[in-house]
Amino acid sequence: MRRHLLSVSILLALALAGCPRETRSFHAPASESARPETVRQVSLQPGAALPKQAASGPYEGNAWAISQGERLYEQYNCVGCHFHGGGGIGPPLMDEQWIYGGSGQNIHDTIVQGRPNGMPSYGGHIPDGQVWMITAYVRTLSGQVPKPERPTRNDELFPHPSEQAMPRKTPKPAQADHPG
Amino acid sequence: MNAEPIDRELVPDEEAVADAAAAEDRRLLERTWKYASGLRGWFAEVDHSKIGVRYIVTALIFFALGGIEALMMRVQLARPENRFLGPDLYNQVFTTHGSTMMFLFAVPMMLGLAVYLVPLMVGTRNLAFPRLNAFSYYIYLIGGLFLYTAFFLNTGPDAGWFAYVPLSGPQFSPGKRVDVWAQMITFTEISSLAVALNLITTIFKQRAPGMSLNRIPLYVWAMLVTSFMVVFAMPAVMLSSLMLALDRLIDTHFFNPAAGGDALLWQHLFWFFGHPEVYIIFIPATGIVSSILAPFTRREVFGYMPLVLSLVATGFIGFGLWVHHMFATGLPQLGASFFTAASIMIAIPTGTQIFCWIATLWGGHLRFKTPLLYVLGFLFTFVIGGLTGVMLAAVPLNLQVHDTFFVVAHFHYVLIGGAVFPLLGGLFYWYPKITGRMLSETWGKISFGLVFVGFQVTFFPQHILGLEGMPRRVYTYLPGTGWGSLNLLSTVGAFILGLGVLVYVLNGLVSLRRGEPAGNDPWGSDTLEWSVSSPPPPYNFQFLPTVSGRSPRWLWHDQHPVITGLRSDRREFLITNLMDAEPDHRQVSPGPTLWPFILSLGVGVTFIVGIFTPWGLPIGAVPVTIALIAWFWPRGDQGHKLLKEKS
Amino acid sequence: MNAGMNAGMNGIHWIGRHSALHAHGIEAARIGHLWWLMFWVCSTVFVLVMAATGFAITRRPDSTGLPGPVAPRSRLWMTRVVAGAVGLTIVTLFVLLFASVATGRAVASLGAPSAVVIKVTGHQWWWEVEYQDPQPSHIVRTANEIHIPAGRPVLIRLASNDVIHSFWVPSLHGKRDLIPGHDSQLWIEADRPGTYRGFCAEFCGHQHAHMGLLIIADRPDRYAAWYAAQLQTPPPPASPLEQRGRQVVEAAPCALCHTIGGTTASGSLGPDLTHLASRRTLAAATLPNTAANLGAWIVDPQAAKPGNQMPANSLAPGDLQAVVAYLESLR
Repeated sequence: MRRHLLSVSILLALALAGCPRETRSFHAPASESARPETVRQVSLQPGAALPKQAASGPYEGNAWAISQGERLYEQYNCVGCHFHGGGGIGPPLMDEQWIYGGSGQNIHDTIVQGRPNGMPSYGGHIPDGQVWMITAYVRTLSGQVPKPERPTRNDELFPHPSEQAMPRKTPKPAQADHPG
Repeated sequence: MNAEPIDRELVPDEEAVADAAAAEDRRLLERTWKYASGLRGWFAEVDHSKIGVRYIVTALIFFALGGIEALMMRVQLARPENRFLGPDLYNQVFTTHGSTMMFLFAVPMMLGLAVYLVPLMVGTRNLAFPRLNAFSYYIYLIGGLFLYTAFFLNTGPDAGWFAYVPLSGPQFSPGKRVDVWAQMITFTEISSLAVALNLITTIFKQRAPGMSLNRIPLYVWAMLVTSFMVVFAMPAVMLSSLMLALDRLIDTHFFNPAAGGDALLWQHLFWFFGHPEVYIIFIPATGIVSSILAPFTRREVFGYMPLVLSLVATGFIGFGLWVHHMFATGLPQLGASFFTAASIMIAIPTGTQIFCWIATLWGGHLRFKTPLLYVLGFLFTFVIGGLTGVMLAAVPLNLQVHDTFFVVAHFHYVLIGGAVFPLLGGLFYWYPKITGRMLSETWGKISFGLVFVGFQVTFFPQHILGLEGMPRRVYTYLPGTGWGSLNLLSTVGAFILGLGVLVYVLNGLVSLRRGEPAGNDPWGSDTLEWSVSSPPPPYNFQFLPTVSGRSPRWLWHDQHPVITGLRSDRREFLITNLMDAEPDHRQVSPGPTLWPFILSLGVGVTFIVGIFTPWGLPIGAVPVTIALIAWFWPRGDQGHKLLKEKS
Repeated sequence: MNAGMNAGMNGIHWIGRHSALHAHGIEAARIGHLWWLMFWVCSTVFVLVMAATGFAITRRPDSTGLPGPVAPRSRLWMTRVVAGAVGLTIVTLFVLLFASVATGRAVASLGAPSAVVIKVTGHQWWWEVEYQDPQPSHIVRTANEIHIPAGRPVLIRLASNDVIHSFWVPSLHGKRDLIPGHDSQLWIEADRPGTYRGFCAEFCGHQHAHMGLLIIADRPDRYAAWYAAQLQTPPPPASPLEQRGRQVVEAAPCALCHTIGGTTASGSLGPDLTHLASRRTLAAATLPNTAANLGAWIVDPQAAKPGNQMPANSLAPGDLQAVVAYLESLR
């Protein structure tokens, strides 16, 4: 019994140690190597569909990087169009609709490549590490990461509930065929 | 809890000791007060000396951890632009160091020592609330383990031990690091508050007959003042850490300037606790100094009344100078002058105490044993720390040296010199009482030499560094600043200091087995704890002693009056009245139980789960409610039941 | 003056004066006087107390080693001495209190009806500097380096929008906290030309250690010349290399955060780079402003200041050279 307890607690400790929430890596991740080969914009594939690649990005669930992403989201004026997730000029980011896919890789590519009808292409203008931080933050807006990693309130007049208080939305499949 | 009117026969009886019935009585006492045994018993124990020793050992382990962190910081700062710890780790290490030393070492150590000593010194059998005492210890232990578990999982707090908002707030400290800090504060403060109440009640109501207020040992006076300070200071920090946790966890705006909150509010609340905290650590140390001085000068400490009044005055004034931590925030001239005056004024009671101790030394017949050396080291070091404290009270000078290494040097002179030196001396002095064996005097002196020299070499250069512009809490500095050599010197000193502490600890470990047997009273001391065997029996005193002066044991000579009439077949102690300690009634004391431990687990679950989800509260409420109901379930006469079970 | 500053990538070996004990400003000098008063009084007290202790522990006791209270005769003597010492303590403390309050008032009295007003905003982990002027075209923006006229009071307005910082130039004056929501101000005056180092004195996160600034006090005429130069838009790139550098700066990440007057780069997250080459240091007075340091900083700012908010930039080697050449031309 005791031995079990010991091994369980060691496993638990290792699991916690491996948890990325508190890591602060100041050097930009080698994002090119973390990048999977393919990002599919459509569900149609020749032959049988390949297994889905979970591409959530190097900062998924990292509280510090998410908060950096939140800062950049404001400072690079993402708020200008998407507001605090509710959308306005650009589509909302806090709902379950993801026009170009809601995985980290999708969001990253949307930022880098830009999208028709107004989303600028930030590739080369924002360093890739910061794009991944913004990506990690955008995913908290619809509750895609667990609450302990999400940002709480900012030191500002607060017109919206904090990311931590957002209910989790199950993303609907990508609908690149029907934009809007 | 049932209180009975006092028996008629409760009068001093000199013949009682010699009585043959005494042996039978002792056997009965042994059985009634027997320590709980086995693993279950370990968690059920409510005896003050057992729990006191646990406090002391636990606090020493945290002291060692905090010391290792200090050495890591000194290695990092040994040369400019060192890369030993990065900024991220350094910030965690210095925050954990400060929090450990303040919340997990200094306060619990002082309170834990009192948990051990106060019942023995006032001549009673246990603390007033033995189960609450057990609960306090477990809460403290859980808080400490929680902080260190988090620290080793890269979740160590990193916003400094005073965690200024907005840096510690939700926007600038993402993740759970600061939440861990805030909850650890709550744990240790609950623990301290409970111990303080326990000590106050014990000191007020359980003193041996004859120990009127003006005969209480100075150490006990110090603990009384400390306990009252805890009661008034700790709620401020519990409130502020709760507000911080709420800001961070459920988006409240207490400290958000944009939404009507205020960042300065935190500083006021924190320092309203934080400054008295220094005296909560220092005042027990003055009690230790007085305790050590009497036996090693063979004289009563000079100036009992001024010393007690100084303690009380310190206790009051200590609450009036928190703003001197905030001069640089910009205060109106008049307000600043008021706090300058208060901060300078506190030097008067402190100075009075020092003069009284020097007078005691002058009038005494000195024996230069290790404890006395620590007291002398304390005088040297603490006077420097006190004088730099006066400098810091002056607003203009404070604006220059505030938040620099000058302040780091100052508070280490005050806290190590003023509290840790007396503490090391005190542990050396009471070690024979606690373990029954003597420490090696030779190694004691060697360790004192290392600690003293190491300390001065570490911290004296830091005064100069501060004046030369080195801010505190920097993880490194530029080569061109010219701070390298003094920092290197400081690092060397830190290792000497560390070696001294290591020698001290090894001395303690080796002497556990090898030390000479101590007997009841190896030092010829004056207070009651030395009249019982070493270590004391679980019931402390077979017959409660009576007290006829400030140094009861020096007045006893051949015979001394004792109290009889307490029942031996159940856990009883004597309640005396507040002013004159005249016997009032008998009180039954509860025996071992697991519920305090279970309750502390419940509280632990509540607080720890609470920082991840608000569901922690309802989840934790279940075990807490169950444990509280079980704890306070009326059981009738526990003494009889206990006896029936055993026989 | 710049002789010692080109001292290699990782170290500044000459960084300006920064000692509270060697005052170069009127306020620091007054505080310095208070310090020396305190120092000598406290040293005397310390020596006296230690002498008394030494005397007490070396004295041959006049009575037996039997424990108990002191003899009544000694007791009276001791009471008098202790009471006298306490009285002396109180008198000394009052003297120090008076000196402290008097110095406080004197230090607070600095000011002038028309003075240079400089707004300093603390950021994680650099200082934004803005010289205020009623005419918008006369406002100068810079970072981490404050030029002031020597011998004249200067008003520093302090503000912070992130965490608490503390503005401290030991050679000139004590520190003042920058607390979000509580704007404050500080008068300083350097009584002779020189370079003085400032620090952030309140813990403000990862790079608290590398949040320095320089205060450069000049003769009034040289200050005026500097100010006039700062008002000018930097000349257009002279060489093709600089030309290319400007293009890269305007297109690459730089422009999102930094402003360079006369170009399309108008970000406001990082320091204003309009006259970068006229400044002596990079990265909040952390690195000497040399071409090599600038290049290394742009490529990997996290090496010198881990955790700071400037991201690494992977520029093509030719581009990097061009950017450095362009930035070094912004005098």
